Amino acid sequence: MDASDYVIEMLNITKDFPGIRANDDITLRLRRGEIHALLGENGAGKSTLMSILFGLYQPEQGVIKKDGREVKIHNPNDANALGIGMVHQHFKLVHNFTVLENIVLGVETTRHGFLKMEGARRRVTELSQEYGLMVDPDARISDITVGMQQRVEILKMLYRENEILIFDEPTAVLTPQEIDELMRIMRGLAAQGKSILFITHKLNEIKAVADRCTVLRKGRCIGTVDVSATDKEEMSEMMVGRRVAFEVPKAPANAGSAALIVQNLSVRSKTHAKPLVNNVSFTVHKGEIVCIAGIDGNGQSELVYALTGLIRPDAGRIFLGDSEITHASIRKRNDYGLSHIPEDRHKHGLVLDYTLAENLILKSYYKPGFQRHGFLRFDQMYRYADALIEKFDIRAGQGAHTVARSMSGGNQQKAIVAREISERPEVLVAVQPTRGLDVGAIEYIHSQLVAARDEGKAVLLVSLELDEVMNVSDRILVLYEGEIVADVNARDITAQELGLYMAGSRRSEVI
Amino acid sequence: MKAIRRFFRSAGPVNAASSLIAILVGLVFGGLILLISNPGQALQGLGIIVAGGFGGGMKGVGQTLYYATPLIMTGLSVGFAFKTGLFNIGASGQLITGGLAAIYVGVNWTWLPDPLHWVVALLAAMVVGGLWGAIPGILKAKLNVNEVIACIMCNYIGMYGVNYLIKNSPSIYDQLRNQTVSVDPAAAIPKWGLDQVFYNLKGNYHDVSSVNGGILLAILLAVLMYVLLNKTVFGYELKACGYNRHASKYAGINESRCILLSMAIAGALSGIGGGLMYLAPATGLHIEVVDVLSAVGFNGIPVALLGLSNPIGIIFSGLFISHITQGGNYLQRLNYMPEIIDIIIGVIIYFSAFSLLVRNVMAAILRRHEASREKAVLKKGGA
Repeated sequence: MDASDYVIEMLNITKDFPGIRANDDITLRLRRGEIHALLGENGAGKSTLMSILFGLYQPEQGVIKKDGREVKIHNPNDANALGIGMVHQHFKLVHNFTVLENIVLGVETTRHGFLKMEGARRRVTELSQEYGLMVDPDARISDITVGMQQRVEILKMLYRENEILIFDEPTAVLTPQEIDELMRIMRGLAAQGKSILFITHKLNEIKAVADRCTVLRKGRCIGTVDVSATDKEEMSEMMVGRRVAFEVPKAPANAGSAALIVQNLSVRSKTHAKPLVNNVSFTVHKGEIVCIAGIDGNGQSELVYALTGLIRPDAGRIFLGDSEITHASIRKRNDYGLSHIPEDRHKHGLVLDYTLAENLILKSYYKPGFQRHGFLRFDQMYRYADALIEKFDIRAGQGAHTVARSMSGGNQQKAIVAREISERPEVLVAVQPTRGLDVGAIEYIHSQLVAARDEGKAVLLVSLELDEVMNVSDRILVLYEGEIVADVNARDITAQELGLYMAGSRRSEVI
Repeated sequence: MKAIRRFFRSAGPVNAASSLIAILVGLVFGGLILLISNPGQALQGLGIIVAGGFGGGMKGVGQTLYYATPLIMTGLSVGFAFKTGLFNIGASGQLITGGLAAIYVGVNWTWLPDPLHWVVALLAAMVVGGLWGAIPGILKAKLNVNEVIACIMCNYIGMYGVNYLIKNSPSIYDQLRNQTVSVDPAAAIPKWGLDQVFYNLKGNYHDVSSVNGGILLAILLAVLMYVLLNKTVFGYELKACGYNRHASKYAGINESRCILLSMAIAGALSGIGGGLMYLAPATGLHIEVVDVLSAVGFNGIPVALLGLSNPIGIIFSGLFISHITQGGNYLQRLNYMPEIIDIIIGVIIYFSAFSLLVRNVMAAILRRHEASREKAVLKKGGA
């Protein structure tokens, strides 16, 4: 193939960070009009490589070529001038601006210092028709769905006439229907001659949309493959370095007595009339994994906060086994055997400035094993930490003495999972326990959840990932606008049906 | 060898070095000001500042220790609150209310047996200072009122309240001098032999410094605070709350209680500072009825910053600030206006507060250095 067919070439890129080589001699070539997936585990160097392309980092070695000519990209403005645009994982939108205002932000057309929006409006309308990205230009960002916000991000790139579009894990926040829609949009963009770099660790999506795929592992380039000629197992093996089980191996659930009973639980909103959690009742039995599925923001967080005591419910009752815990303190709930893997590991899960060892005893530091007469027993603390590090394969630079802030996201999550499971809970509430983790870590955490279940624990899993919902759970509850709209056996439902429940377009009559 | 390297890589030395660099920059600026205002004697002047208390012989050193005592206490107060995520800017009010309580007990409760009198007076200072600190604590814990605002208000309420109480308590008010009367001798902090060490000989006369047992108590309390913060379950909870309130709540720690207790302890430390200040023997130091907030309270902030909120570090930073203040006093021997001296001390304290910034810069340099060395090792290994 002729070299000029490559719109971007990143040749032999090497980037060092203190103590680690994030990119080691990586070569990535993007053809014009192709969708090129960049696959790798967390910490494999995907983000670093893209940050180099976007001008946020300078590589130690290697060159970047645009249309066969060598270019230097010193900052995102340079990248933008070369037609490189990026949709970040966390959208960069001003929430109280309208869609149109967000799109033109930074490249406003003005006359005598006054905004001239008519031209911009016309252009945005044209673009959204051309690429099938329907948005209301006058809607406020805070009022539109996450899927819509993503379209705004894409329109931002198109408005700036970017030719090379980088998508950083774009599907993490979308519903199945929205994901399908995004795939359609991406194909449309490629057909119009845009070149797309698609960062992900979801193999299904790569199979669905990408032409070629470059796999990174531990900062090295493992290879670039044609997606149509490679199956998922091969790609995952390239990514992880070993065979990975996609199906979580588990025996049928052996549900015992009720462990967590929720009756008519309601949580009111401070700002809206509509309750965030509306009259929710369900039971989780010993030895089963019950999953709460739903699109982000449908009351999952508030439900979990009420269960775990972070907020007070406005109505309803909660029982752990025979004991009512509706008004019990968080400490009491822990002592009754409730563990909680929180949604936000940085806000709730860890004290980032504490060491790993100190974080591992965050919920048990006051127990006799770790204190004597009010003094912490550091020897016990480190012994316990070393045991958990060993057992749960937590990787940290200085072992138990590593400050949690300096650990990678995956290992932070492993530390939380280790702490919560080691508390030997009766009920384990796990909220998006695998968010942002790579295949290997996900596999591990899923197996831990199943192991806890098989030990007779009750597991309540809150997840936004359909694969996780379908694979891990025994029973699925769908939460839509604070209400449970479905209670189904995991084996009796397809992902598509589940998506309809999640989007609120179907409601099970059983409830 | 390995142990030495580990020592230098650990946080302590880097932190201490950063404070020292900040001090050095402050001194250079102070020198510049000296140079501008009176070029002829600038070098000599700088020498006097650096020599600090030592410029006054053993008595001077004693004076340094004497002035350092309340500074260490307010520094501990601010530093302790910092460690638990709170900014206690109310040390001034806590110090003055604690001081008043100490004076009241010291003057009036003469029925107490002599060896207990000063102890009870100091405890009264601790309790009242603690209660004064607990007010912003309660407001923060229960109503989420910003502790900075509550503390500032409590400073003024404390200062005016104390003035009002003094004027309306004939037993402790010296109308002639518009200040409090001296406390009962038994209520004064014992000297514990320090007067036998820190004096200058003038003929046969011992020119004794004002230093007293207070400095030993302050150092003891600093060590206690260090142990409390770093070795106990309670300190673990307090620090967890300070670092991450949400995670602490999630872990079942009662964060309201932590905030309240943390502010109460910080207040108690300042209160003790006030007690040690106004119970000091035979110094003629009294609460004057003037509408000015206690500067010692505010100077606790730079002391805490310079000591990086570490109780042990605060002992040294308190001593240092007192040291250069002493130096500043001796600077009057040269042709410098007293105001210039205050400016120079202000500049040095100002730059001391930059120690945190210096620490971050140093940490970044060290990291880069280490990275480049590792790279060199890698290259060598590769070749």
